Amino acid sequence: MKYTYYPGCSVNATANIYRDSIAAIAPALGLELEELEDWNCCGATAYMSVKELMSFAISARNLAIAEKHNRDVVTPCSACYTVLNKTNHYFADYPELRRKIGQALEAGGLSYSGNIRVRHLLDVICNDIGYDKIASLAKKKLAGLKVAPYYGCQIVRPDSGFDDPDEPTTMNRLIEALGAECVDYRMKTACCGASLMGTQEELAMRLCKNLLLDAQQNGAHCIVTICPLCQMNLDVYQGKINARYKTKFDIPVLYFTQLIGVTLGLPLRDLGLGRLAVKLTKPMKRIFEGANNG
Amino acid sequence: MLDRDIVAEYKLDHDFLSEIYALPGGREIKKCIQCGTCSSSCPLSYVMDHGPRKMFSLIRAGFREEVLSSNTIWFCSSCYTCAVRCPKDIKITDVMYALKRLAVKEGKTKGKKAVVLSRNFARMVNTYGRNHETELMARYILEADLLHALKFVPQGWKLLVNRRLPLFPHRMKNMDQLKKILRKVDELGEI
Ligand code: SF4
Ligand code: SF4
Repeated sequence: MKYTYYPGCSVNATANIYRDSIAAIAPALGLELEELEDWNCCGATAYMSVKELMSFAISARNLAIAEKHNRDVVTPCSACYTVLNKTNHYFADYPELRRKIGQALEAGGLSYSGNIRVRHLLDVICNDIGYDKIASLAKKKLAGLKVAPYYGCQIVRPDSGFDDPDEPTTMNRLIEALGAECVDYRMKTACCGASLMGTQEELAMRLCKNLLLDAQQNGAHCIVTICPLCQMNLDVYQGKINARYKTKFDIPVLYFTQLIGVTLGLPLRDLGLGRLAVKLTKPMKRIFEGANNG
Repeated sequence: MLDRDIVAEYKLDHDFLSEIYALPGGREIKKCIQCGTCSSSCPLSYVMDHGPRKMFSLIRAGFREEVLSSNTIWFCSSCYTCAVRCPKDIKITDVMYALKRLAVKEGKTKGKKAVVLSRNFARMVNTYGRNHETELMARYILEADLLHALKFVPQGWKLLVNRRLPLFPHRMKNMDQLKKILRKVDELGEI
């Protein structure tokens, strides 16, 4: 299956392990990702906070270029997913805005008719490729591994359409298809604080602490995420959270694509698993490396 | 702090509501029934000057100053929990964005670090077409948080040793096209 791939800025930078794991698993899954040519930043939450029309216009530039290929756009980043989708919704719902976006694009020699569907990589992998196919490709089983799915906010809200905003199950089913045990916990769609980690560190750290605590108390060995910002907050800040709240979290935070890669039997190094801030624990390593014969 | 005495009518800003109505989705706040679902769902309402429910009530009554200088709009993390639960389908998060922009426009942003972050983010995009996270962090720390610059060091170090902190920006190629689009938006004026 072929898609137009929109990586987004973080996936090429602080989330480069996400990028590497996607590149590693795509061929095995039969996923053809053709990168959108000369894409620009979606604008994220930050641009929207200072300029609205500009934010919509730069976001629409990507969609306008994508329209030439007439395929679904798929992005691995929850923030890009929300922003690009929101641009589509506003473009359809507010004629005045549509007119202005159209004029701005025209100045750059582009046009957009509003017909491109934007999807998250999780949706594409779970619903287009499907759980059965993923399970059938698995060379390793993750028996004994307890995984807490962390959805965060922007994949299921405001208008995802592929899962429930409060009780999503897409990732739960994926974890089970991979042969691991899915840990259910209340905070799976809670907010990690996102960019507040930069501006209001204390508040964001507290949100993450509660989240880690909930996952830990429910017996999770690791957390699996689908968003660069969530991963960064939970992984890179975990040490600081421990120091601040006198907790002893040692919970690796993986991307869902890394977990898929492990079951496909790919080398851990190709999946960027050596480059997590919170390193894989010994029992996890044993499951990841030893399950080869499973 | 809100004046708990009865506020004289003449002190309220009656144009404020029409300004909010003019924003895309702004008119929706008319439908708010003050049920409080938003505030009770919000993970950050406990530190906000006013929760989202109260914000709408303040807007409708014309408390311009209280609304625009509140910490509420900058503590909103855009998690959309309130928006999906609102029984009246009000796009609460988007109204918060609109209030952010209005506060920026009116210069009511003293000491608001989120503004520094947003402004520098926009600058990255306008320069490279993409966000250069490393430079954004550096600029943000220099401008907003130099006193606490050290607190970012351990996290930055973790990213660096794990080869997750690129030193050079990814640039898009056709900056010329992006600039033409941005210039046109300037001409058209914000919404
Ligand atoms: S949930 Fe909606 S209707 Fe209820 S108080 Fe909040 S904005 Fe108003
Ligand atoms: S979007 Fe903002 S106001 Fe709404 S629940 Fe999240 S943080 Fe609170």
